[in-house]
Amino acid sequence: MTTWTIIAALVLGGAAGVFSGLLGVGGGILFVPTLVALGLGQVEAAATSLLAIVPTAAVGAYSQRRYGNLRVGPALAIGISSIAGVEFGVRIATRLDEELLRRLFGLLLLAVAAQLVVRSRRRYPASS
Amino acid sequence: MGSPLWRLVAIGLVAGVFSSLFGVGGGIVVVPLLLLATALRAHEATATSLGAILVTALAGVALYGLRGEVRPAYAALVGAPAVAGAIVGARLQQRLSGRTLTLTFAALLAALGCWLLVA
Repeated sequence: MTTWTIIAALVLGGAAGVFSGLLGVGGGILFVPTLVALGLGQVEAAATSLLAIVPTAAVGAYSQRRYGNLRVGPALAIGISSIAGVEFGVRIATRLDEELLRRLFGLLLLAVAAQLVVRSRRRYPASS
Repeated sequence: MGSPLWRLVAIGLVAGVFSSLFGVGGGIVVVPLLLLATALRAHEATATSLGAILVTALAGVALYGLRGEVRPAYAALVGAPAVAGAIVGARLQQRLSGRTLTLTFAALLAALGCWLLVA
């Protein structure tokens, strides 16, 4: 590892954290490619990304609790049930066309993004 | 709380299925579902998503950790600056209106959607 790759990893890690605290995502979208670029295999990168997400999400959630935004009960309900969802997803993943699935998911995300824009106009009518 | 438990459980299940199918984190799925299917405001939805991700990631680490796939030194390299980043991000978020936050999230989804279509 050169000094520059370490600096790049630190910068990308920091950016992932900002995304996480700002938008409520884990940051894996940035962690995984960064770890792969550092030489880890796909599975190792995904596993290591999860370990990096733990303190990031913990500190982000703690900050948000202090700001009064965190709903602990719903967070636990969603978090625990998603573990069951992962188990189910792994079982059906092997039976489906991955390429097609990914494109459909891409379309779905675009549709949801459009829906959020429409919703935000209705929910926050005053222009800010 | 206001949101029926079955809805939260359904959101968690859907997030889990999607994250294992597409390798995206749960937040991409949890935040919009919370915004569209519950009464949570944008700041609450993103904060609650982080709490849910913490639970899921802990379970994932335990699972992968048992199989020896986790590399702690690498996790520290990207995770340490990410912790600092998360504090900055959460703080920054408090300055945004609910509308701006929702639209910013929609932009992230749209970018990711395009990338999934093209890649």
